[in-house]
Amino acid sequence: MTFDPTLSRRRLIAAGAAVAGAAALPGLAQAQARKPLTLLNVSYDPTRELYKDVNAAFGAFWRKRTGQTLTINQSHGGSGKQARAVIDGLEADVVTLALAYDIDEIATRAKLLPANWQSRLRNNSAPYTSTIVFLVRKGNPKAIRDWSDLIKPGVQVITPNPKTSGGARWNYLAAYAWAVKQPGGTPAKAEAYLSALFKNVPVLDTGARGSTTTFAERGLGDVLLAWENEAYLSLEEFGPKFDIVYPSLSILAEPTVALVDKNVDRHGTRLAATGYLNFLYSPLAQDLIGKHHFRPRDPKALAKYGAKFRKLPLVTIDGQFGGWQKAQATHFADGGVFDRIYKS
Amino acid sequence: MNPSIRLPGIAPLFVALTLAILGVLIVFPLGVVFQQAFSKGFAAYLEPLTQPDALHAIRLTLIVAAISVPLNAVFGVAAAWAVARFEFKGKSLLVTFIDLPFSMSPVVSGLVWVLLFGAQGWFGPWLQEHNVKIIFATSGLVLATVLVTLPFVARELIPLMQDQGADEEAAALTLGAGGFTTFWRVTLPNIKWALLYGVLLCNARAMGEFGAVSVVSGSVRGLTTTLPLHVEVLYNDYEFVGAFAAASILASLGLVTLVIKTFLEWRHSGELSAGRRH
Repeated sequence: MTFDPTLSRRRLIAAGAAVAGAAALPGLAQAQARKPLTLLNVSYDPTRELYKDVNAAFGAFWRKRTGQTLTINQSHGGSGKQARAVIDGLEADVVTLALAYDIDEIATRAKLLPANWQSRLRNNSAPYTSTIVFLVRKGNPKAIRDWSDLIKPGVQVITPNPKTSGGARWNYLAAYAWAVKQPGGTPAKAEAYLSALFKNVPVLDTGARGSTTTFAERGLGDVLLAWENEAYLSLEEFGPKFDIVYPSLSILAEPTVALVDKNVDRHGTRLAATGYLNFLYSPLAQDLIGKHHFRPRDPKALAKYGAKFRKLPLVTIDGQFGGWQKAQATHFADGGVFDRIYKS
Repeated sequence: MNPSIRLPGIAPLFVALTLAILGVLIVFPLGVVFQQAFSKGFAAYLEPLTQPDALHAIRLTLIVAAISVPLNAVFGVAAAWAVARFEFKGKSLLVTFIDLPFSMSPVVSGLVWVLLFGAQGWFGPWLQEHNVKIIFATSGLVLATVLVTLPFVARELIPLMQDQGADEEAAALTLGAGGFTTFWRVTLPNIKWALLYGVLLCNARAMGEFGAVSVVSGSVRGLTTTLPLHVEVLYNDYEFVGAFAAASILASLGLVTLVIKTFLEWRHSGELSAGRRH
């Protein structure tokens, strides 16, 4: 981690101001209606509906607590693409992306937040988890039950581009983990398996939502590798045209959230943005998270919605791949495994 | 009148083929846009268009066009004037550069501004220090649109002004008119219909541009999404009726442009550039 003394001093002052501000809040709220505030949440693709609800709930909560009107703007797209936009100057107050690596990129390339950002919030800064499942056409006409079925001839697989989409990287890694864990599985065999899998992929969208519309609305492909939440949402949006298939093994996806320090300090929104992220762990937000088919951390919300979240063996990014930095460098960097298999 | 030749048997075949291709590639998809937009009735069509985000997208689209089209008109007249009236070294190079945006992918037209003005770009740190926002703001959208639509007015005027020659202007000058009066009373009246024609096409493209603006937009809904970007947002939100309703506005814009364009070609073909006469 690099240490910049001027930066950290500024951060200390800002933190001090935030604490002082918090202490003065109730008095201020009564004294005057405070200036309206705007936050920008730059997020990944399948959280559109979730954050619409969360933003409304937090806006109401904030108003009641502080008397201040808070508008929360949303931007959605493939997780990698969104991180790139923030690096290029899209002034996000908070980022809520599909995986930790994309926020690491913002920290290392643009230095907008400290490298240790992931330890600042509970549960690895992931207020919910999810996993990767299969969405197939009603009645499962191609009999797709597990990862091995995806490389059969004549099966078309829809998944987004791992270069730009976070969900696609989880898809890829789940497939890889399954292949390595087969009897006699080796990295070379897993690579061959993925190579065969991607030969069955007719189109790579840039984000998870693009893939879902490709599969569900445009009717392309036999199976969609999807976020669990995205799969349930498709059932809701398109009626009973699809079935969800849980493979024998998948991956524990931890979409992470972070405060973008430099941007909140420039906007004077640190207090509200911090409150927003903490709010994601509150029972109210956790309930919304469960309602939108993400796996909540809160035991109560999990108990309420838990029935639909099937228990299945899940590998973790740290346990199986040695963390995101290593996984990214090995598989998704230029010249990595994905480039090799996709070109071949 | 163009001379036409009669080839019995073959001519009707070509006409039929052209009509069939036009039908399949243009009329049918356009019909689908409207059919989808109205698939749940007129109320369902209007509802998404009156949402704050949609209204903002429409307003932003109009603002971007209102800034970039006049800029292009001024540039187009200046460039055409320079090219048609003066001889100078590198003239053909200049004409090539004016044409460049036509042959360049719009993504590039967006990306160059990110490379220049993005936070990691050449001027990024300076802009941030002075709190100037270009990328992911309205100014970025305008820049991208201006670059994409740059050739429209100039391309329309250059052939016409070359065609017309400088005789009338020379006459005005000999009769004692100043430069500005000559431009205002002689040049401008001569090119006004062609200018309008160019502005019209420029405007249609400015309002419909997707690629370049998508690069510099950041797609913050209700803030930096123009109408074409709003269509994408709605489509990805599973709001299919809303997406097609917004698309139908863009399609209608195209149709209105077409009507005015046809009228201009019919009524003022003599005053449009040589290539437009028919």
